[in-house]
Amino acid sequence: MINRKGLGAVREIGIYVHVPFCVRKCLYCDFLSFPAGEEERERYVKALLKEIEAGAVRYGDCLVDSVFFGGGTPTVLSGGQLIRLMSGLKDGFAFRKDAEITLEANPGTVDERKLGDCIEAGFNRISIGAQSLQKEELAMIGRMHSAEDFFLAYRWARESGFRNVNVDVMAALPGQKILTYLDSLERLADLEPEHISAYSLIVEEGTPFYEWYGESGKREAGMAALPSEEEDRLMYERTGKILAQRGYGRYEISNYAKPGFECRHNIGYWKRRDYAGFGLGSSSMMGNIRWKNTSDMGEYLHLMEKTPQLEAVRKERHPLSVKEQMEEFMFLGLRLTQGVWKEEFHNVFGVKIEHIYGETIQKLCKQGLLTEGDQVKLTPYGRDVSNYVMAEFLF
Amino acid sequence: MPGIDQSKIRNFCIVAHIDHGKSTLADRIIEKTGLLTSREMQSQVLDNMDLERERGITIKAQTVRIIYQAKDGEEYIFNLIDTPGHVDFNYEVSRSLAACDGAILVVDAAQGIEAQTLANVYLALDHNLDVFPVINKIDLPSAQPQWVKDEIEDVIGIEAQDAPLISAKNGIGIEEVLEAVVAKVPAPSGSPDNPLQALIFDSLYDSYKGVIVFCRIKEGKVRKGTQILMMATEAKAEVVEVGYFGPGQFIPCEELSAGMVGYITASIKNVKDTAVGDTVTDAKNPCAEPLPGYKKVNSMVFCGMYPADGAKYPDLRDALEKLQLNDAALQYEPETSVALGFGFRCGFLGLLHLEIIQERLEREYNLDLVTTAPGVIYRVHKNNGEMVELTNPTNLPDPSEIDFMEEPVVSAEIMVTTEFIGPIMELCQERRGRYLGMEYIEETRALLKYELPLNEIIYDFFDALKSRSRGYASFDYDLKGYEESKLVKLDILINHEEVDALSFIVHADSAYDRGRKMCEKLKNEIPRHLFEIPIQAAVGGKIIARETVKAMRKDVLAKCYGGDITRKKKLLEKQKEGKKRMRQIGNVEIPQKAFMSVLKLDDK
Repeated sequence: MINRKGLGAVREIGIYVHVPFCVRKCLYCDFLSFPAGEEERERYVKALLKEIEAGAVRYGDCLVDSVFFGGGTPTVLSGGQLIRLMSGLKDGFAFRKDAEITLEANPGTVDERKLGDCIEAGFNRISIGAQSLQKEELAMIGRMHSAEDFFLAYRWARESGFRNVNVDVMAALPGQKILTYLDSLERLADLEPEHISAYSLIVEEGTPFYEWYGESGKREAGMAALPSEEEDRLMYERTGKILAQRGYGRYEISNYAKPGFECRHNIGYWKRRDYAGFGLGSSSMMGNIRWKNTSDMGEYLHLMEKTPQLEAVRKERHPLSVKEQMEEFMFLGLRLTQGVWKEEFHNVFGVKIEHIYGETIQKLCKQGLLTEGDQVKLTPYGRDVSNYVMAEFLF
Repeated sequence: MPGIDQSKIRNFCIVAHIDHGKSTLADRIIEKTGLLTSREMQSQVLDNMDLERERGITIKAQTVRIIYQAKDGEEYIFNLIDTPGHVDFNYEVSRSLAACDGAILVVDAAQGIEAQTLANVYLALDHNLDVFPVINKIDLPSAQPQWVKDEIEDVIGIEAQDAPLISAKNGIGIEEVLEAVVAKVPAPSGSPDNPLQALIFDSLYDSYKGVIVFCRIKEGKVRKGTQILMMATEAKAEVVEVGYFGPGQFIPCEELSAGMVGYITASIKNVKDTAVGDTVTDAKNPCAEPLPGYKKVNSMVFCGMYPADGAKYPDLRDALEKLQLNDAALQYEPETSVALGFGFRCGFLGLLHLEIIQERLEREYNLDLVTTAPGVIYRVHKNNGEMVELTNPTNLPDPSEIDFMEEPVVSAEIMVTTEFIGPIMELCQERRGRYLGMEYIEETRALLKYELPLNEIIYDFFDALKSRSRGYASFDYDLKGYEESKLVKLDILINHEEVDALSFIVHADSAYDRGRKMCEKLKNEIPRHLFEIPIQAAVGGKIIARETVKAMRKDVLAKCYGGDITRKKKLLEKQKEGKKRMRQIGNVEIPQKAFMSVLKLDDK
């Protein structure tokens, strides 16, 4: 098959590339990520390039609107490796001129040179994981960098030419106080990044944090406690207010941006735009079929290293029924501040939203969790308990 | 099988403290006598049910017949009867023992005699069994066989110096045990020419054969075609088949005669007709008297059982019906609860029996159950002179109609090493026990006698006893009778609505304490809702305790990395699924397990 790169391209897609490496696993992290040696990293990059090449043949008729390199810590890779991966993508796919191309980075894994390489590679957005600027909090969650490392990374990113920067900050960390959280947030906002992700810690199964803070977890002596739900919500409320004053809009439950800098790639997930995932354990949705690549590195390498076998590497392939598409439309769309547009639901599914979810919407409106007009949106309280609301939209 | 020489039969059982290696020894004996190769042996052959194997306890008596070629050159027939190991099944144990002529006492070489060792030995001696000891686990580094031998002689007073030293686990000394069985277990007596007199020690239901009666022939003989009569239940039937017990299978034979252990089938449809302890005789030529010791087994503990999914009610009914076929002690009748819908009020021998039935329903019949707090039968004497037996607290008449109430009381004997007398007496005091006396068995062991209300021991008394005596106390009880008592019904209100399934009867003096604990427990079991939920305990309309489940403040998944939507959806589905498994009371959703949390109120 020949690559029909961009030929008559109408379908816009996002691309996600997973880099499952990190220097050290954070204590709360349950993502597919682990430390690896130089040799393994290079082997992985080669396999990934093969997968990209093979994928490009299949999806060459798409137009790439956004790319996201996530992890792990993609910046564990060398500048050269990142350049090769981006070239692979650009060789295979047609890109929109203004495509948003994001690189996730962690302080301590980047320097001026590597960031310069990233710009050269074509990345135009960088997302830096600061999480906190308090020494004790960073230590508690097992981050290996300091606040100073972050400030340096941020400065280098700007100096290298990144005009679109996101900073991650975390709330509800063990031992965190409202004041220490707000101190981190405000000092980060002082830098005026274009985008801020401020999210609460979720204690996930299979992490050290789960052992300590999970349902039946046992905190060891001397370990700080998690803030209460009440404190967590207060942090969330104050985040919205402080960032609004500084010109950031909350466009999604935990994402804030200056006008025009909302993350297109993430919005794509919430609006159910097609996206192709590459790499170990990456997720994809193309034409209402979802799948996920194998999480087994040995298997991944084996399947990619000779003739790439795309079908074999894809696990959990699941074509979505119309009902499932509706469920997703609702629970994903509701994450956005603008909510879901009733008209859009009608356009997509050919049936009025009221016919499907009329009762649910009414009930949730009565409970003060949703408001209803041309759009259906979460109220502030609805946002606090959004899982409860979203679960109501499952059949 | 004509011409079996009675003098070559040995009917025996193995008694031991839990974990001293009873089932392992049984396995080795079966293996050694060549019934099964070790490859075929699934560990602990006699414990049939998965549940038994998992819990390491024997629930139903198991029996196996083996042929042993002894050193004297003769072939012996061994009938090994494995007995249940819990106080709930004491009656079954006593009937199994009554079917034997001797018992092997297994004692752990490192731990020596323990509480249950004594209780079991005395039970065996009460049945006039010849008991001989074997010392197990001699391969352990901490084994002290001589010390254990001396202890057995001092404490129990049976000869122990020549006790076989064995390791059942490693198959050491098994031969010696088998020889000892030949030498020390007396051959059965009884004459095949007398009228038939056979003891039922167990029965089970088979969908092809009907009820299979396990019995020990004391006198006379039985064969196909014999008209038999069950003397207590007065059921009659014609024998279809007799036989003995191969490992895991029934092997038919011509005739069972005095001294033999085997089974009878007679197209009996209901296990209730073949009560354990009853005597089987020849209807045409009956024996003069039934064998002694028969008791009608009554349920002592009751609780409501409801399917978690209301639509499974017929499934639950079918399952109970099937279990009852094999378990005459299980009773049930339909009932309804406002909170839980349609279900059954079930009666059990004790709490372990309840737990076992519950687990079997859940595993073997794949049912998700909600169980209400277990209770006993109370006698409610009304002003008009009427007396009502109450098994479901919800049916308690209005207090104004009640003259007085009575509750069942048991006489309990607790065997304990002296160092734990204090804590155990304290426990009995807490449970409204009346001290009757104490006997020293030897310097370091005592037998405490108490009268205890049954409803104080059905929850977790056994566990509490074990934990406060580090496993050393053993306990046995007998229903003594009914006594007047100041009892009240404790109601639980959730969001101001009374939840019938959570009500229970309690002594007035413990009502406050229990109410408070109950509210605390429920507070932790009921998830936060969008609104605040008061949980209250009330007696006769008066609130005596309260807790509050605060309104939900946060339920949000903040981040969704890499577009793994499937995972997020699974989380939401789990949440939704969790809600399905909840019971709606008013506008509060209560998880099923909250109803069960009342079972474990007294955890110390």
